[in-house]
Amino acid sequence: MCRLALKTANEHFSPYEVLTAMEAMQEGYDGSGLGLLLRGLHFEDYKYNTKHPVLSGIAHTEAALQRLNTLMEQRGFELKYDHEFQTHPEMIEAKDRYRYFLRVYKMPAAFDGKSQDAIDNELMLTRLTLRANGEAHEKDLTVFSFWPDVAMIKEIGWPLDIGNALTLHDNRVTSRVCMAQGRQNTNYGINLYACHPFFIQGVATMTNGENTAFVPIRDWLLGKHFPGYTGYQSDSEVFAHILHYTLKQLKLPLQAYKHIITPLKNAELDAHPQGQFLKGLRDACRRLIIDGPNAVIGTLPDETCLLVMDHKKMRPATVGGRNGAWAIASEMCGVEALIPDRDPSFDFQPMREHTIIVPPDRKELTIWSQLDPYPLAQVA
Amino acid sequence: MVSARSVSVGPGSLGYTDLPWIIQHREDRCTLCGRCTAVCPKEAIYLAYRRQRMPKLDVLKQSRGNEYRTFVGIRQKTNMANACIGCSMCTMVCPNEAIMPVPNTNEHRTLFFHNQKGQPQTRGGRRNVSGPNLLDRIMFDRISMLTDPALDAGRHEFSLTTTLGRVLAPEEFLKRQREGGWIPPTREIFPFIIGSMSFGALSPNMWLGLLQGVAYCNEVLKIPVVMCTGEGGCPPWVLRSPYLKYIILQIASGYFGWDEIIRAIPHMQCDPAAIEIKYGQGAKPGDGGLLMWFKVSKLIARLRGVPEGVDLPSPPVHQTLYSIEESVMKMIQTMSTAFGHKVPVYPKISASTSAKSVLNNLVRNPYAGGLLIDGIDGGTGAAYNVSMDATGHPIASNVRECYLDLVAQGKQNEIPIFAAGGIGKNGNVTQNGLALIMLGASGVHMGKYIMQSVAGCLGNEKSRCNVCNVGICPKGITSQNPKLYRRLDPDLVAERVSEVFMAIATETKKIMAPLGRSQSLPVGMSDALGISDKDAADRLGIRYVC
Repeated sequence: MCRLALKTANEHFSPYEVLTAMEAMQEGYDGSGLGLLLRGLHFEDYKYNTKHPVLSGIAHTEAALQRLNTLMEQRGFELKYDHEFQTHPEMIEAKDRYRYFLRVYKMPAAFDGKSQDAIDNELMLTRLTLRANGEAHEKDLTVFSFWPDVAMIKEIGWPLDIGNALTLHDNRVTSRVCMAQGRQNTNYGINLYACHPFFIQGVATMTNGENTAFVPIRDWLLGKHFPGYTGYQSDSEVFAHILHYTLKQLKLPLQAYKHIITPLKNAELDAHPQGQFLKGLRDACRRLIIDGPNAVIGTLPDETCLLVMDHKKMRPATVGGRNGAWAIASEMCGVEALIPDRDPSFDFQPMREHTIIVPPDRKELTIWSQLDPYPLAQVA
Repeated sequence: MVSARSVSVGPGSLGYTDLPWIIQHREDRCTLCGRCTAVCPKEAIYLAYRRQRMPKLDVLKQSRGNEYRTFVGIRQKTNMANACIGCSMCTMVCPNEAIMPVPNTNEHRTLFFHNQKGQPQTRGGRRNVSGPNLLDRIMFDRISMLTDPALDAGRHEFSLTTTLGRVLAPEEFLKRQREGGWIPPTREIFPFIIGSMSFGALSPNMWLGLLQGVAYCNEVLKIPVVMCTGEGGCPPWVLRSPYLKYIILQIASGYFGWDEIIRAIPHMQCDPAAIEIKYGQGAKPGDGGLLMWFKVSKLIARLRGVPEGVDLPSPPVHQTLYSIEESVMKMIQTMSTAFGHKVPVYPKISASTSAKSVLNNLVRNPYAGGLLIDGIDGGTGAAYNVSMDATGHPIASNVRECYLDLVAQGKQNEIPIFAAGGIGKNGNVTQNGLALIMLGASGVHMGKYIMQSVAGCLGNEKSRCNVCNVGICPKGITSQNPKLYRRLDPDLVAERVSEVFMAIATETKKIMAPLGRSQSLPVGMSDALGISDKDAADRLGIRYVC
């Protein structure tokens, strides 16, 4: 079983806080791995310009790191900052970890004048090129993300042990948003890429539960021939890609995500003010209907956080917090550990029709129901 | 004494043991009521009188002698025209268990004589290959257990419908939505569809029973079942009724019944479910529909706009069309236009190695609402035996190939593929249907299974009955003779239709639940399939299990 924790706060905080919350939920997971995503970064020893992309990953050999340097130089990225974790390799299960890297790059001059979409694509293609390069060299290079203001760490082992091994409690890197997931994907074999959260062009999700509709969804996404829709070492990776497809490709509002992955029933659509449009959307995106049980927790580039349940609602997830700090976790004790100074009577467990949105201002939650009118003028 | 020379045994002479079915008659139980001979559709049995010698031995007088009596009982004819077809109607009507046909376990020689007067064998039914088929051997082996709890088929909510009709790519759908463009019509239907069996192939009572049952499934049971007319039109009162929405109207190369349909369009209360353009049929690829003269009754003749009592062989292709572009592009567009672009139009073809080229043509046709592929195990009301047994392509690999072709293009959601041909051949209708769905079909059509399950059709793949072509259906299912079809009570057929679809719906849930699926039909969920045949697994791209 996966355990998930997300904290979003106006003040930067250490990822170690989230690992502590994971510890609070330890009864429920096997501790086979850790995936961390930090957004809204702050480095203690570097003044970070949030426009600069951050490359996160692991070089398993020195040669891999050198190839990485060469590839980045060839693509015109200039290294601005190389965060060095204070590592204790003896505390890490795996032995082929030459270097965990979090590197800030300056965009190439060639990007000036390019559209945002073109730049986004370049960043993604750079990540994919590095990944492919690693895969072509006996998997000696693993790259999780390359995106402004986002850092990721994935490793095999007990989450808190990994935090200790990388000395994450030293506050040298903190963030306003942190997502953590405490399990390797043991369904399909151990693979660093299979660990949540999954990331594509600023969009990230993590999930508990199993997506039984994985293969048809994967087949459909692969058919889009979008270079980023690849990997799929985990059935949960499609959640990130569907969210990306909804927001970036279809350019629909966040609310559409819920309508795409878990459309309403015919009878409910008949009664819905935009039922006709939503039926059409359901048909057009039919192959993206998930068949959980899943709780999907995600974050977007503007630091919006979200939580949606699948239609069966057979996976738990709770959201709680206060003005300025919110937590979403698969267990109530996780929320309690992350934000103890909230009023727990306002904690909320979404039902099948809900999308929980924590907007970037973090003042209050939006509990949006699928049965509510859909917020897009074009369907009126 | 009878002279040996007077026994005439010619090349075509047959005895009881040469026939596929041998009638066993028990003289001691027979009351000579005559019901069996009256009911026999082939007139294969008759009341026989035989002089019977009774040896007599008088011990006291020490003399031997004979007495003679007259045997009165049932005997079987041994000529080809009257050979027993094993339908067992005689057994069913016998009040006294005195008679039954027994399959001849020896090889029977009628196989060599199905060409009387130079006419090859024609019959109804399916390809005569019995035993478990490939679909029967597919297992659903991806069980959600501890990774995630299996669902409760009895208590969870399930979404069991599928889409019939063309679906736009999401980007295109949103664009047209914004711009007020045409969005192709779709229907949410139950994925098990009553396949095309014409009003003409089926008796009026059978057709009425099916329609009543389908209406009940929709309106009372809320199972959105649809049925296809087959080629032969649709009774005018149905065209003008609110039940038309449950009906797929078929147009085929004979265009029978379409005068009536076109004339009824202005009077239709609702749109039909869809229009099916038949280009081919799995049971007899390359052959058009065939309604033999026996079945062209006054009613059928009126409906089809033809003289009574003539053979109605539809041409193998649509005569006005000479190429796939003509057939597929123009005809589909024309039919779509005729119904105001509000009704999905899709072609039906026989499974074939050329199916993919038709499919790829449809992908580029904005009016095409799907593709129905009919495999070699499909049934028919009338065809040459050689077409049925030897011509065609099995459905599973054909559907799989076509689906994967769409997957490669990212179009699998845009053109739904429907599969037919042998679904439920051995009774495993839901298992067969779901296997095809997980291989990539959006739904399945069933014809023969429906006749067997809702009306008690006696035909099988061991040459039993299968006389649909000559209008002597002993159950009244495929006959146009009122004396025969009055045997079939439409209300009972309707009741069976609802029973069958309720059972299929439950079984569908029982298959989906352990796979952890409930929110959408598992179309293309090939990771859930396994088969203990390595070659088949490789061909279908599913898991080999043993």
